[in-house]
Amino acid sequence: MTRIDVRFAALKAEGRKAFVAYIMGGDPDHDRSLALMQGLPAAGVDVIELGLPFTDPMADGPTIQRAGQRALEGGQTLALTLAMVRAFRAGDDATPIVLMGYYNPIYSMGVERFVAEATSAGVDGLIIVDLPPEEDAELCLPARAAGMNFIRLATPTTDDRRLPTVLRNTSGFVYYVSITGITGAGAADAGAVAPEVARIKAATDLPVIVGFGIATPEAARAVASVADGCVVGSAIVAKIGSGAPVAEVLGFVADLAAGAHSA
Amino acid sequence: MAEDLINSYRTGPDEAGRFGIFGGRFVSETLMPLILDLEAEYEKAKTDPAFWAEMDDLWTHYVGRPSPLYFAERLTARLGGAKIYMKRDELNHTGAHKINNVLGQILLARRMGKERIIAETGAGQHGVATATVCARFGLKCVVYMGAHDVERQAPNVFRMRLLGAEVIPVTSGRGTLKDAMNDALRDWVTNVRDTFYCIGTVAGPHPYPAMVRDFQSIIGKEARAQMLAREGRLPDTIIAAIGGGSNAMGLFHPFLDDTSVRIIGVEAGGKGVDERMEHCASLTGGRPGVLHGNRTYLLQDADGQILEGHSISAGLDYPGIGPEHAWLHDIGRAEYVSITDTEALAAFRLCCEEEGIIPALETAHAFAHVMKIAPALPADHLICMNMCGRGDKDIFTVARHLGFEMKV
Repeated sequence: MTRIDVRFAALKAEGRKAFVAYIMGGDPDHDRSLALMQGLPAAGVDVIELGLPFTDPMADGPTIQRAGQRALEGGQTLALTLAMVRAFRAGDDATPIVLMGYYNPIYSMGVERFVAEATSAGVDGLIIVDLPPEEDAELCLPARAAGMNFIRLATPTTDDRRLPTVLRNTSGFVYYVSITGITGAGAADAGAVAPEVARIKAATDLPVIVGFGIATPEAARAVASVADGCVVGSAIVAKIGSGAPVAEVLGFVADLAAGAHSA
Repeated sequence: MAEDLINSYRTGPDEAGRFGIFGGRFVSETLMPLILDLEAEYEKAKTDPAFWAEMDDLWTHYVGRPSPLYFAERLTARLGGAKIYMKRDELNHTGAHKINNVLGQILLARRMGKERIIAETGAGQHGVATATVCARFGLKCVVYMGAHDVERQAPNVFRMRLLGAEVIPVTSGRGTLKDAMNDALRDWVTNVRDTFYCIGTVAGPHPYPAMVRDFQSIIGKEARAQMLAREGRLPDTIIAAIGGGSNAMGLFHPFLDDTSVRIIGVEAGGKGVDERMEHCASLTGGRPGVLHGNRTYLLQDADGQILEGHSISAGLDYPGIGPEHAWLHDIGRAEYVSITDTEALAAFRLCCEEEGIIPALETAHAFAHVMKIAPALPADHLICMNMCGRGDKDIFTVARHLGFEMKV
């Protein structure tokens, strides 16, 4: 059982929806990013997705691209992001942390070393956008063997024929991408998402969390009501990018969390 | 190299799209079903005589194939060593090898019922070829081009617009080919249902590296037959310039099992291959990593962040290289060298002056290496270099470097 499994079991027992928040590690700078992260649980965040900055984020829209650039310009590295997790864990041993990013910085560090350092730092799961099931031997299997969850994205193009492949080595939860497209674009349509979530839930016992295209407390509520929870990323990152102080960002996160939790 | 253990160098990739450890399918889940569809469709087309009959017809009557194998008599005399042949792919319609591949992909797109074509372009040659073939078949065409390249390749930008394509300048990153490819991938992931991504080089997720190579292999197949007809034997050395590496792979692949043939790929050395990283020589100055759907040699920092690189030539300005080249490099079947901006410019001028051929700056890199090695080789040594593109598009860049004021 990872912290993710424990958290979702508890949410299920309470009959509550999960609210997952994404921030980019090192954005707008290392210290404020850590302060934000430390404030997320009190703002109502059930699972933290911590972005790993990368120069070429092919699945991300301009908002998260710019966040990655800010972090990299501030000197953020994979090692520093892992150090952030360690610092966070010193004060919170319960909130699950999922690292989300692209494979190359991990490959560059070396998979074995990364898996060892991430587990010891207190990382619970990974979402690596450019590692589909066809490449499971790269990182998914070693990470699972070390006790981390490997969370897979399912998308509107994941048809019934492919769904079992996507679910095969997935654990923790399934992240349903509400739109075909990049982060921060479009708007999730709860009406269209509902049957897709049902389709995935028919094939797995894992919680299904919906992300992409959710920017307001109302949208968080609408989407969470047809799934096990929702993720907000770009809207929070945009608030950080606008120069809002940490307290204001956390206030916005609290509103989003309240929206999701009211579902 | 365990040469006796390898029956053929031409059997890759394997089912996972790997050439050794290189290649693969490192894409987001949204794109995965599309890539699998494309692979299935390509496998069908590959063995369908009707597909190749249509390709051959267009290659002959629209592109102007076969391109000549030209003996560069004056350059041979001037350099005073090996006998230099040029495979004249710059004489193709649209002025470069790029159209060989575009035709194949557009015919596939038509078979798949896709009506919107997207492409990335660096120097603009692939963009022009894609816009051209889209016009020919009445397909919508959107080309992503780095803002920096839009500026330095203005003639090609205008050409694409004349052909009815929408050219989207990409401002993310430093605005070169890598960034154009990122934005093309973002477009594709957004418009998966009606859009076909026409990749211009032997890179990207499987099956692109193999598919683009197969379409470009017409270059090497022709060159091989032409050299045999002309000289009664194979060339001793074949040479091509490399950005992503499609013209080189097209020339090299039919010769891979001819182990007497020395194979040389020429990367862009920019301002010199050293720790300043102001070059695009991925094999000589990079290390393996994962970008744009494949594992290959990449220019990157210690944290695995991709570096921008530099080259005078927009078409070579890419921090990676096709995965099959990475594999050929590692097993030692091909050698890879680099040529600086300055050396390429000198070669560009010599080729104009001695042969009356204005080469693309990309191509000038290959020629610069010919200039380096030809003088020391015997007179019966046959070199075949790929004259993969013409240089009309580059005259503004060259003029600026030579200090010549030119009003557009």
